[in-house]
Amino acid sequence: MSATPVLALRGVSKRFGAVQALTDVELEVHAGEVVALVGDNGAGKSTLVKTIAGVHPVDEGVIEWEGRPVHINRPQDAQGLGIATVYQDLALCDNLDVVGNLYLGRELLRYGSLDEVTMEKRSRELLNTLSIRIPSVRIPIASLSGGQRQVVAIARALIGDPKVVILDEPTAALGVEQTAQVLDLVERLRERRLGVILISHNMADVTAVADTVHVLRLGKNNGAFPVKGTTNEQIIAAITGATDNAVTRRLARNAEATQ
Amino acid sequence: MSDKTTMHQPLDEVPPPAVAPLDPRLLIREEGFKGYLTEFKRKLKGGELGSLPVILALVIIWTIFQLKDSLFLSSANMVNICYFMAGTGMLAVGLVFVLLLGEIDLSVASVSGLASAVFASLSVTHGLNSWLAVVLTVLTGIAIGAIHGFFFAKIGVPAFVVTLAGFLGWTGLMQWLLRGTGSLTIQDKGLLHVLGQRSFFMNQSIAGAYVLATLGVAALLIGSLIDQGRRRSAGVPFRPTSEILVRTVALAIVAYTAAYVLNKSAGVPNALVIFLATLVVCDFVLRRTTFGRKVFAVGGSIEAARRAGINVAMIRIQVFAISGGFAAIGGLFLAGQTYTATLQAGTGNLLMLAIAAAVIGGTSLFGGRGNVWSALLGMLVIQSIQTGLDLLNMDQSIQYMITGAVLLAAVVVDSVSRRTQRSSGRA
Repeated sequence: MSATPVLALRGVSKRFGAVQALTDVELEVHAGEVVALVGDNGAGKSTLVKTIAGVHPVDEGVIEWEGRPVHINRPQDAQGLGIATVYQDLALCDNLDVVGNLYLGRELLRYGSLDEVTMEKRSRELLNTLSIRIPSVRIPIASLSGGQRQVVAIARALIGDPKVVILDEPTAALGVEQTAQVLDLVERLRERRLGVILISHNMADVTAVADTVHVLRLGKNNGAFPVKGTTNEQIIAAITGATDNAVTRRLARNAEATQ
Repeated sequence: MSDKTTMHQPLDEVPPPAVAPLDPRLLIREEGFKGYLTEFKRKLKGGELGSLPVILALVIIWTIFQLKDSLFLSSANMVNICYFMAGTGMLAVGLVFVLLLGEIDLSVASVSGLASAVFASLSVTHGLNSWLAVVLTVLTGIAIGAIHGFFFAKIGVPAFVVTLAGFLGWTGLMQWLLRGTGSLTIQDKGLLHVLGQRSFFMNQSIAGAYVLATLGVAALLIGSLIDQGRRRSAGVPFRPTSEILVRTVALAIVAYTAAYVLNKSAGVPNALVIFLATLVVCDFVLRRTTFGRKVFAVGGSIEAARRAGINVAMIRIQVFAISGGFAAIGGLFLAGQTYTATLQAGTGNLLMLAIAAAVIGGTSLFGGRGNVWSALLGMLVIQSIQTGLDLLNMDQSIQYMITGAVLLAAVVVDSVSRRTQRSSGRA
């Protein structure tokens, strides 16, 4: 793993009116690393992802890209850096075919008109290297199953050659076999030396593919665990705040007092 | 006997092909011409009817009118149909763009009427050069459409309300322009001469129609073969030669028959030539440019389009501007039929006919599905009904009722096919 993280958040805070959504959040993603972001509902996972994706600019703190601080104020800024986001609602056009969706917004041109042949060729190559199986790249998205749509949405994120891919609950609505396909795909992203931020509620998914688990609780970091050597119980305890009880608070106070 | 068959069956079995294992439920077109047929059948079952209903309707309509009046399929009447469908057809082309967004433009007829008044007042009252007046008129239409688009896309007023307001407002402006006189006679020169009823391609020469038919057929054949070659060398699936030949022959039969029939009278009206050329250009724009792709994307999913970096508001404004521009062009076509700008221009059922044409031709009211050729097919149906009822001296009241019924039928087909597509997982 490279020394400098591709993407790093240093003390990022975000407020919405009276609500402090994120407080001093730290996060590092290296190339070829799958970072799982877990937390209860309202823990700030989505807000954190949106600050990285440029939907909400950060209020305080620094986002570092390959070691240098950057400003991400619009989604285009994030895309320009090489951050691709796959949201939970996949945002695919049902009426367009797979090729049309993969290249939507960055169509290849030949003499000023759409180069369908090259786009189709590259789409097939991309889907093949990711071992994505869909009936044809020329059928409308409407004909695909939920899992197939999810992998198309992820493949779509890869068209722009990103360095970091953010996956927001990619397996939430999928069956067993489809979930397995998506998790396979996540591993293939890691093999391609991409940094992956995976948001998930499913502990089994997280421990199956992630390298590091970052827990958010009430908008703050509540622990980062390497997946190897960490039990699910420890992670769940961090998510639910079970570590935050009378005993631990007394310990902390005592520690402060002795300093 | 049955035992014997069972014994032989394994021998007859074809060994499984040595390709990557695919889900057997997947719908892939088989190679070759047979695959084309099975795909066609599957599409019909799945509710992807395409142009089939409208072609069926056309055959039925033509048969009925021919049985009622033997002049209906005569060359002169066909020339009539082809000439008169171009004006309303232009309005329908603009509407196809708007319908692809899943929106509606109720102002096109009113804008077309205003356009004829603007053109007349520029070229007649102010004595402007005829071609310059045409350009200014079309620009007026584009500006009007852009205003509708602005209120819809930027302010967020529903499109049908904006264009309904436009429908009233622009009719008022037209009446104001023609105040006092009530109508203006337009000179038979410039573009309006070309759009006249006695203006034919290549001056009524017999060759004219065949030149056009040959151009169309050759363009399809050469275009398909080039595409096939590129796809073959890129290693992606391509249309089998048999399918290309079938398509080319089908177009050739239609084109040369039409040329033959029209040639028996005076040939191809120039208005139709311009209409067809416009369709070719618009088809290219919608299917082969990034702009067209964006229009389909916005019609399919606004959120997906926005996330893909498409400026949704700008596309909406542009599409409404296109609609306004085509409404103005259609207004010039309609003015060219009579060489007058009157208070009646753009009134009556013109709006309904234009919308009906686009929908009958197969462009969905729900956005994202359709093509500009639906303007041609739909106009053939609409104009055939109009001309046929005129031939039979039917009252206007009957015309309204029949056109209304045809529009309803088209929308029913659209809704039902959409539902079937959804239930078979295709919408």
